[in-house]
This record gives sequence, C-alpha cells and structure tokens, in this order.
Amino acid sequence: MFTTLQDRLAATFKGLRGKGRLSEADIEATTREIRTALLEADVALPVVREFIAAVRERARGAEVSQALNPVQQIIKIVNEELIGILGGETRRLRFAKTPPTVILLAGLQGAGKTTLAGKLALWLKGQGHQPLLVAADLQRPNAVNQLQVVGERAGVVVFAPEPGNGVGDPVAVARAAMAYARDKQHDVVVVDTAGRLGIDAELMQQAADIRDAVSPDEILYVVDAMVGQDAVTTAQAFLDGVGFSGVVLTKLDGDARGGAALSVAKVTGRQVMFASNGEGLGDFDAFHPDRMASRILGM
Amino acid sequence: LSRDSLDEDTWEEVEDTLLTADVGVGPTQELVERLRTRVRVLGTRSPEQVRDLLREELLALVAPELDRTLATTRHPDGRPAVVLVVGVNGTGKTTTVGKLARVLVSEEKDVVLGAADTFRAAAAEQLTTWGERVGVPTVRGPEGADPASVAYDALEQGTQLEADVVLVDTAGRLQNKVGLMDELGKVKRVLERKGPVDEVLLVLDATTGQNGLIQARVFSEVVAVTGIVLTKLDGTAKGGIVVAVQRELGVPVKLVGLGEGPDDLAPFEPAAFVDALVE
Ligand SMILES: Nc1nc2c(ncn2[C@@H]2O[C@H](COP(=O)(O)OP(=O)(O)OP(=O)(O)O)[C@@H](O)[C@H]2O)c(=O)[nH]1
Ligand SMILES: Nc1nc2c(ncn2[C@@H]2O[C@H](COP(=O)(O)OP(=O)(O)OP(=O)(O)O)[C@@H](O)[C@H]2O)c(=O)[nH]1
Ligand SMILES: [K+]
Ligand SMILES: [Mg+2]
Ligand SMILES: [Mg+2]
Repeated sequence: MFTTLQDRLAATFKGLRGKGRLSEADIEATTREIRTALLEADVALPVVREFIAAVRERARGAEVSQALNPVQQIIKIVNEELIGILGGETRRLRFAKTPPTVILLAGLQGAGKTTLAGKLALWLKGQGHQPLLVAADLQRPNAVNQLQVVGERAGVVVFAPEPGNGVGDPVAVARAAMAYARDKQHDVVVVDTAGRLGIDAELMQQAADIRDAVSPDEILYVVDAMVGQDAVTTAQAFLDGVGFSGVVLTKLDGDARGGAALSVAKVTGRQVMFASNGEGLGDFDAFHPDRMASRILGM
Repeated sequence: LSRDSLDEDTWEEVEDTLLTADVGVGPTQELVERLRTRVRVLGTRSPEQVRDLLREELLALVAPELDRTLATTRHPDGRPAVVLVVGVNGTGKTTTVGKLARVLVSEEKDVVLGAADTFRAAAAEQLTTWGERVGVPTVRGPEGADPASVAYDALEQGTQLEADVVLVDTAGRLQNKVGLMDELGKVKRVLERKGPVDEVLLVLDATTGQNGLIQARVFSEVVAVTGIVLTKLDGTAKGGIVVAVQRELGVPVKLVGLGEGPDDLAPFEPAAFVDALVE
C-alpha cells in the first residue's frame, strides 16, 4: 500500500552515486523520506524525531563506500538504528528461582491478552512446565468462559473461582491462585487481567493491586500491532501505573507495519519479547528485531 | 497552537497536532498546505485564527452534512431491518451490538441478536450476556457452525418474532485474510436472500493507526460498508484515521463508543470530534 523506504530513497537519490560524503542537502532530503516512511508505519512522532536525529548524525559521519550505493548505505544505517532500539538479541522469559514463576498480562481492551494466555500456556506446557491460567478478568462479559475454553484447548488447568461478569474481586482471585498453584505444584502462573485504559486511574490501581498480590516475575504489556500514535501515551501510562518488564506485539499476521513496536520499546526501554501472529494457540513466536525492522520499513 | 505570531513553529504545531491524532502524513500535508494558502489570502495573523481555520477545514473533511442515521425500520413486507457488524479482531463489535440493542430497545424496538461469531472462544456467550443485559433474545448455533447459517437463522427467527431489527455480530477478521473475508461476503449474501441488508457497520478502534484506512477499503470492497462505529474514544486516542476514511470512501462515522457499559454508545458529532482532535 505504501511506498517502501527503498523506493523513496531511490527517487531522492536519482543520479547520485559514488560521492565521497553525503551533502547536507542529501541528508536533509533523506531524513524527510525516512520521517514519512516511519510515520506511515505508525511510529510515534516523538520517537520519529529522536530516531531521525540519530540517523542524521550517523549519515553525516558516514563515508559513502564504493561497495554500497548511497541508498543502500542509508538503509543500512536506518536498519541498524532500528534493530538497536528494538533490542538486538531477544530476551528470554525470566523464571523464578523458587517456583512458581508468575507472569502477569496487562494491556488495553481487545489487545489480545486472553488469547496470549492460552498461547503462553501451550508453549510452556510444550517445554515441560505445568502452567496454571488465572481468570482475573471479572469484568468483561464472559472473559472467564473465554479463558476456560482457551485453557481447555491448551490442555492446562484454569483457576476460575469466580464467575465474572461483574461478580468477584480480581485481587482476591489472584491471591488465591498463588496458594492454589503452590498446593497443586504448578510451576508457572499466568494471570489474565481485564483490558483497561491508560487514563482509568481506578482500574490501573486495581492492576497494581493484582501485581502486589502475586509479585510477578514478568509483567507483559500486550499491544496490538495496528496501534497508531497513541502507543507511547498508553505504554507510558501502563509503565507508570503497573509497570512491565516486557512487551508482546499481537496481530502481526495482519498487514499493519507495526511501528508501535519501535514506539513502545523506545519510550519505555522494555524489549518486545514475543510476537503473536494469529488466533490459533500455536500462532506465537519469539520476537525477531531484524524482521520487525524490515517490516516497519516495508521491505 | 500557543504562539502569537505565525512563524514556522506555529505551522509545525499544527502539523504535530494532526499527525499525533493519526490523521496521517498525506492528509496532514494537504491540510497544512490549504491552511497556508488561506492564511495568505485572508491575511490571518494570530494562531487563534489559524486554529479556527484548521477546525473549519477538518470539519469540512468530516462532512457534517452526511446522513448518519441508522436504517433500523422494519420493512413493509414484515422483514426486520438487518444490521451486520464487521471489523478486525478486538475492536468492539460484540460490545457495540449490545449497546446498539440497548439504544434500539429504548426506542421501543423489538430486537434480535445473531451470534455469527462461531469461531472465537466464548463469543456467543459474550453476545448472549449482552442480550440478557439489555433484554433481547440471542440466536446462536453450535461452536464452529457456519456463520452464514447462524445469521440466516437469526433473520428467520427475527421475522417470526416480528422483530424490528436483527443485529448480526460477526467474528473479528484481519482484512488481509482472504478466506475469512470470503466467509464474511457469504454471510452478507445469505442474509440478502431475504432482501437487502440495511446497514453494514464497520467497527474501527480509535487507537488504530494508518492500517485503519486499509481496513475500511477492504471491508468496503467485500461487504459495502454503510457506516463506521469509532470505538474506545473514551481513551487518549483521537481516532484521526476516520478523517482519511471519510475523505477516501465517503462512508460516514455514525456512532462512537465511549466505554464498556451498555449506555456508552453515542451518535457521532463532527464538531465535538474535531474539537477533541485539535485540543
Ligand atoms: N489475527 C489475530 N487475532 C488475534 C491475535 N491475538 C488475539 N487475537 C484476536 O483478537 C481478539 C481479542 O483478543 P483477546 O485475547 O480477547 O483480547 P483481550 O486483550 O483479552 O481483550 P479484553 O479482555 O477484552 O481486553 C480476539 O478475536 C482474538 O482472537 C493475533 O495475534 N492475531
Ligand atoms: N474503553 C472502551 N472499551 C471498549 C469499547 N468498546 C468495546 N470495548 C472493550 O473492548 C474489548 C473488546 O470488545 P469486543 O466487543 O469483545 O470486541 P470484538 O470486536 O467483538 O472482538 P472479537 O469478536 O474478538 O473480534 C472488550 O474489553 C470491550 O469491553 C469502548 O468504546 N471503550
Ligand atoms: K479520545
Ligand atoms: Mg481478555
Ligand atoms: Mg466479538
């Protein structure tokens, strides 16, 4: 749908080849194209600005090599900067020294938390763990049933002592889940929570209370790859409100460029750890910064 | 827009306002160009005036004259009005169906819900809970059933019950999934055996960035969208992508979602939307 950065830069550099250094005018034209490409990929404006500044700096210093044409050279710089922000090597899940390891899921409404809970459960089970899913979304209609179905499909136990649909206290459920997990020797506990807005102070406090009840080893912020400029505002609100240690990008099977990955990683300093790419429980993968960089640039 | 002279900073602020609201690079540049021309012609001086002009231009793009009413009147032959609700995963379709049913019930209409999302875990249960909440029946099929046949059943039952409106909820699907889009086309065609579908509402999440335009394009091609529902506007996102959607497709935003409760659905108000966007 959108022009690739490669094409944009090729047009900018028409007729330009093998110069010693890029001129200021070249760099100016280049950064304008990069800016547009990033904005069309939904990278948040403040992140675009910082990114452009870094690329400009490197482009100034770069000696245009004989082997690469200027377009390739710029793309290489942009790519390296992107991968730098997206985290280089993928970080692995942190497991507790004394089980159970607790993973808390948080994010906006509809981001893909409950589905992710099922995916994590299946994946963990495949690695020989005995995960427990905890139904701590007692708000959204039939969220508890949804988690039960997902748990059944994954073949794992779901701790769901309250019916939900407005009945029950999610903090109490989370606390009870810990006792249950220890008793039944589950070595990983995945807590599903209700979707909430960054500006909903009351629900954000509830998330913090759930956190304090379970002392998670990982808090995963779940974010939809289609998200636009709001990505930074909301990620910051979750970071302040409940905190998180890693990010999961969902719905990557779509055709969104996924600039949110860059926005969230840059603003919060937290790595994207996993990619969710389908509705099936197996549609789940480690996050690959290099693939994401190419995707953002449309390459 | 707080400067007192029209320097480049002012224009940058205008541009930032639009970009950070997800209006998109193309529409933003066009808007700023048009504003610059108008400012030159009018000799406008203050940032305040520029802000007013911006509001004016945005409002024109959002086309306040478009008809935003929903076709929800029973047909003379006794057939209920049919509203088909579509969109990508997790935007708020099921919730919107529930809220819309509430609005229609308050207008004394008889409503039947059709749970044509037979795919997602507990989707039919979720819709049924909404039906119970607002006091309307939900027609559903077994898990994994053909969504088109569930939709058709809902229409048949709605006709038997002499309902005014049948609201059909569908599974979330990404617009690049050809098989799922074909399935949606079939749901609509099967409903059309009884007569035209009255409304096809595309539910767009206000947090969506530039992909929202592609969603609107593809869903329009497949099921001829008649209106947009812009959900989750109660959050910090502005939903600026609908500016491009309306501009390109001419499909009006008809409703906005403002929360998770049954009463959190409101008519789209162009002026209020634009005010929030430039805020
Ligand atoms: N295509 C696709 N759909 C996904 C993916 N992850 C989740 N979904 C779908 O997105 C929708 C929302 O997913 P949920 O898991 O219910 O999201 P949630 O964050 O738990 O939602 P709330 O609990 O309502 O806040 C469902 O239709 C899921 O099937 C993904 O990676 N790809
Ligand atoms: N804050 C807010 N949340 C909303 C709004 N509309 C829906 N939601 C929430 O968004 C989440 C997803 O809503 P659903 O109605 O299940 O979305 P859906 O499009 O039917 O999802 P799938 O069927 O899985 O594709 C739920 O947690 C809803 O409560 C809204 O206007 N504002
Ligand atoms: K808003
Ligand atoms: Mg959920
Ligand atoms: Mg639904």
